[in-house]
Amino acid sequence: MAIAKRQFDAIVVGAGGSGMRAALELAEANLRVAVLSKVFPTRSHTVAAQGGVSASLGNDEPDNWHWHMYDTVKGSDYLGDQDAIEFMCRKAVEVVVELEHYGMPFDRLDNGKIYQRPFGGHTSNYGERPVKRACAAADRTGHAMLHTLYQRNVRAHTQFFVEWMALDLIRNSEGDVLGVVALEMETGEVMILQAKATLLATGGAGRIYAASTNAFINTGDGLGMAARAGIPLEDMEFWQFHPTGVAGAGVLITEGVRGEGGFLLNKNGERFMERYAPTVKDLASRDVVSRAMATEIKEGRGAGKDGDYILLKLDHLGAEVIDKRLPGIREIAKKFANVDPVTDPIPVVPTCHYQMGGIPTNYQGQVVVPDGRGGETTVRGLYAAGECSCVSVHGANRLGTNSLLDLLVFGKASGETIIADLEANSGSQQDLPKDAGDATLARLARLDSATSGETIARVGADLRRTMQLHCGVFRFPDGLAEGVRMMKDIALRSQRTFIKDKSRVFNTARVEALELDNLVETALSTMISADARKESRGAHDRSDHHERDDVNWLKHTLWFKEGNRLDYKPVKLKPLSVESFEPKARVY
Amino acid sequence: MSPRNPTLDRVRWRCRRGMLELDLVLNAFLERDFATLDPRKVEALCALLERPDPELLDFVMGHQEPAEADERELVGLMRTVNTSIAA
Repeated sequence: MAIAKRQFDAIVVGAGGSGMRAALELAEANLRVAVLSKVFPTRSHTVAAQGGVSASLGNDEPDNWHWHMYDTVKGSDYLGDQDAIEFMCRKAVEVVVELEHYGMPFDRLDNGKIYQRPFGGHTSNYGERPVKRACAAADRTGHAMLHTLYQRNVRAHTQFFVEWMALDLIRNSEGDVLGVVALEMETGEVMILQAKATLLATGGAGRIYAASTNAFINTGDGLGMAARAGIPLEDMEFWQFHPTGVAGAGVLITEGVRGEGGFLLNKNGERFMERYAPTVKDLASRDVVSRAMATEIKEGRGAGKDGDYILLKLDHLGAEVIDKRLPGIREIAKKFANVDPVTDPIPVVPTCHYQMGGIPTNYQGQVVVPDGRGGETTVRGLYAAGECSCVSVHGANRLGTNSLLDLLVFGKASGETIIADLEANSGSQQDLPKDAGDATLARLARLDSATSGETIARVGADLRRTMQLHCGVFRFPDGLAEGVRMMKDIALRSQRTFIKDKSRVFNTARVEALELDNLVETALSTMISADARKESRGAHDRSDHHERDDVNWLKHTLWFKEGNRLDYKPVKLKPLSVESFEPKARVY
Repeated sequence: MSPRNPTLDRVRWRCRRGMLELDLVLNAFLERDFATLDPRKVEALCALLERPDPELLDFVMGHQEPAEADERELVGLMRTVNTSIAA
């Protein structure tokens, strides 16, 4: 069957912060740009980012990019590539000021400069004391950023394909990427969007976990597309968790609750943090609290009928303190946990928040793969930016406010690189391979013709539960080994699913089936990479290997879909212009 | 199989938002209440879904009220949705 085709200079898949920043660069260079998005651009998950964007503006006190770089390298537990980190921290000031000039409504100091506040992990003078580096627009920084970038893109005539889902990359026999196969949800029709450059900016894939702060759209579509096209996924074992999300919902309960005197209980009503951290108890650091919670659940002391959550008790604080000091907590608990914390504890669980790994890129946004001779080479025509990419600036753990910075810096950089690459390569479209789109159509045909099989909801729920139990915030060797076996089985089951609804127009069931394929690639790569990494580093925390092991594991993981093969590549310890920060114990 | 409702299909997709809280509330609301909405309310719902996420969240959490009566009524229903696993 012939598929309709359209041609562009560049395609951007995803309209969150990084996709729109890149699209703006491209459209302002008068390239024909198509941006595909499953939802209206300003409803991308970037909207949920509240904290701010970091840049060493030094508006309120001395600061500089090298201190920011030190904090980021240390935060990454030395797994971050120092060339990319230097690039990001140096560019931070420029991209934030640029955003200000686009009209971003940043909070201001009395003197009119951008207001800056301190944020965890950001310090002055190489860890000496907290520094004010985060720039914010009240608690709506992500929302303001999306609006600013969207308006600017409309002005630059970027063409948006809203409610379109990209399904697969098109690669020719040379391995060059020539565009995507995409689905228009309103009609259910499939189209080839051909381009000289394709940028994946599809965001994170936190929906692989049962407990996740991520919106439902975060299904790792770019990761799935890359994996199916033979491109490896990097450092997928590293996911940032928050200790207290509402069990079954994912909505965060601020750590301020424990700061005000709330504490955690297991099913026996025991205040278990006294055993894990006798002095600071429930005020221990995030990783210590998360690890203790996971251990209680693993050892059968979790609450609830499935024993899979912990109780956060704060009724002893009294209604007055709760309402005054913890505004909003009561309504969140009532709405999402069906409990009033004034009388009952809130069911909570360590909750997935952010993905550090992703599609391997260099700091110019080009996707890079092993060249077979011990080095790496770029994939012509393919770029990635934002949470779906692994540059890697976050390494094994991300600092707060560096995520929005990542979107701006690498969105812009990938746009600039695409412009330069198109100028260098004559700029004509290549011929599409004869079988372009066939694999995608076969995937859809299977769904359309299957008359029986498991439901998407059931396989999806098993995937999320397996990831949560076997590859959560604290990882046990037996759990990982069993998890690998289970995830391989779930991957097979996902190929035998069935949807009852065969209609075309806005068929959410069909979309969810296609999203499941992407969740499977993300989850498999995570489980297999985590099982193999025999150390604890940053967000990857193992019960059988407590320490970071720089001798054997100061390297990036690469997972290939074909054969679930793993490969490794060295961390780039050499920055662009300064001395390297040598790995040290990470103590705060 | 019951005949398809193209408006529901479209609305269901538009309840996919950038914020998890809205995904949870809107989808639960849809399952519970969509079938009971008259055409005028469906129209009001479509208008409500055009609002930015933070504004919609303020409505749902009771921090703000929409100006329009039909929208106010819908938001009132959304506030009574229970999304918890214990429900």
